[in-house]
Amino acid sequence: MSNNYEPKIIAFCCRYCAYTAADLAGSMRLEYPSNIRVVQLLCTGRIDVLHVLKAFEQGADAVYVAGCEPGDCHFLEGNYRAVKRIAYAKNLLKEIGLEPERLEFFHIGASEGPRFAEAAKEMTDRALKLGPNPLRKKQGE
Amino acid sequence: MIVGDRKPIEEIKEMLAPYKKILLVGCGTCISVCMTGGEKEVGILASELRMISELEKKDWEISETTIQRQCEREYIEPLKEQFEKADVVMSMACGVGIQYMAEVFPEKIVLPAVNTTFYGTNVKEGEWQERCAGCGDCVLDKTLGICPVARCSKGLYNGPCGGTDNGKCEVNKDLDCAWYLIYNRMKEHGKLDMLDEIIPARSWKTSLHGGPRKRVREDAQK
Repeated sequence: MSNNYEPKIIAFCCRYCAYTAADLAGSMRLEYPSNIRVVQLLCTGRIDVLHVLKAFEQGADAVYVAGCEPGDCHFLEGNYRAVKRIAYAKNLLKEIGLEPERLEFFHIGASEGPRFAEAAKEMTDRALKLGPNPLRKKQGE
Repeated sequence: MIVGDRKPIEEIKEMLAPYKKILLVGCGTCISVCMTGGEKEVGILASELRMISELEKKDWEISETTIQRQCEREYIEPLKEQFEKADVVMSMACGVGIQYMAEVFPEKIVLPAVNTTFYGTNVKEGEWQERCAGCGDCVLDKTLGICPVARCSKGLYNGPCGGTDNGKCEVNKDLDCAWYLIYNRMKEHGKLDMLDEIIPARSWKTSLHGGPRKRVREDAQK
C-alpha cells in the first residue's frame, strides 16, 4: 500500500434524506473525511448493480448507498429495493475477488447530519483498512 | 417464456481461459425478461469479466452487444463484423440462441453463459415458475389448465399419487401438488366428474423421445 494512499469513495445519496443530511452536516460544521464523492439520486431505488460495478471498475476504493430510514422512502419502497440490490452486488464482488466490505448501504434520515459524517468516516476507515482497490491504476487516476 | 440462470463465474472463467478477444452477446427477448441475459445482465457480466481480467492478469478484451432475438437469423447476421473481430463469442441467450448463432456463423465458437432451465412464467417480482414441458401433446383440456407433465414432479396423468401432503408434493415440500391444484380447480368449476376419466397411456414420440422435432408450414415456405 502506498504511503500517501487516499481512498476514493463514491456515495450514492438519496436527495430526500442522505443528501439533505450531507447539507446539514455541512451547516453543522461537522467534519468528515474529504474522500467522499457524493452522487445525488432522486431515490436509492434508482441505484443499479451496474452503477456500483462501474464505480469499482473505474477504481473506487469503496462505494456506499445512503437512503431513507425504513418506512420513510418518498417513493414508498425505493430504499428496500436498494438494500436488496446492494446485497446482490456484494455477491458479485465476491465472485470477482473484491472484498464485499468495500460496499455498503446506510439508512440516513434527512435530519441526521452526524450520522452522515459517521457513515463517511466508517467507509473511509474500511477503505484504509482494506487498502486500495487493486483495479485502481495509480493515485490520482 | 424460456427461463435460464447465469452459469457460475468459475465455469465461465474456465471456458474463456484460452481466448483473448471475447464478444459477449445478450438476447432481448425471453432471457432478458427473466433477468438473466438481456442488455443489463450483459453489462454486468462484461464489467465483472473486465475486473477479473485485470485482477487475474488474463488480458481479456471484452466487447458487448445485445440483439433483439438470437433465435432468428435476421437479427444475428448484422453481428458479422463483430463476430469477425472476436476470438470467441459468449452468448447469454437460451440454448436455442447459443446454437443458432453458431449455425449462422459456423466459423466461430459460441460458448454458453447461461443454463437454460424451463418454459415458465413470472408469477411475481423476481420469481419464475415452470409451466410447460413442451411435450408436444397438450392435455390441459383434461386438467383444466394445470399441466400434469410440467407441474407434477412425477408427470402423472392420473393423480394424485400417495405422496400428496396437504397440497404439497413429497418430492419437495415447497412444491404445490399439481393434482391437488387440478382437483381444486375441477371442484371450483363443478367438474369433479372429470376425475373419473382415466387419461390413457400416451405416446411420447411427440416429446423428445421421438428425436428432435420440427415444424413445417409449406404455405409459408419459398
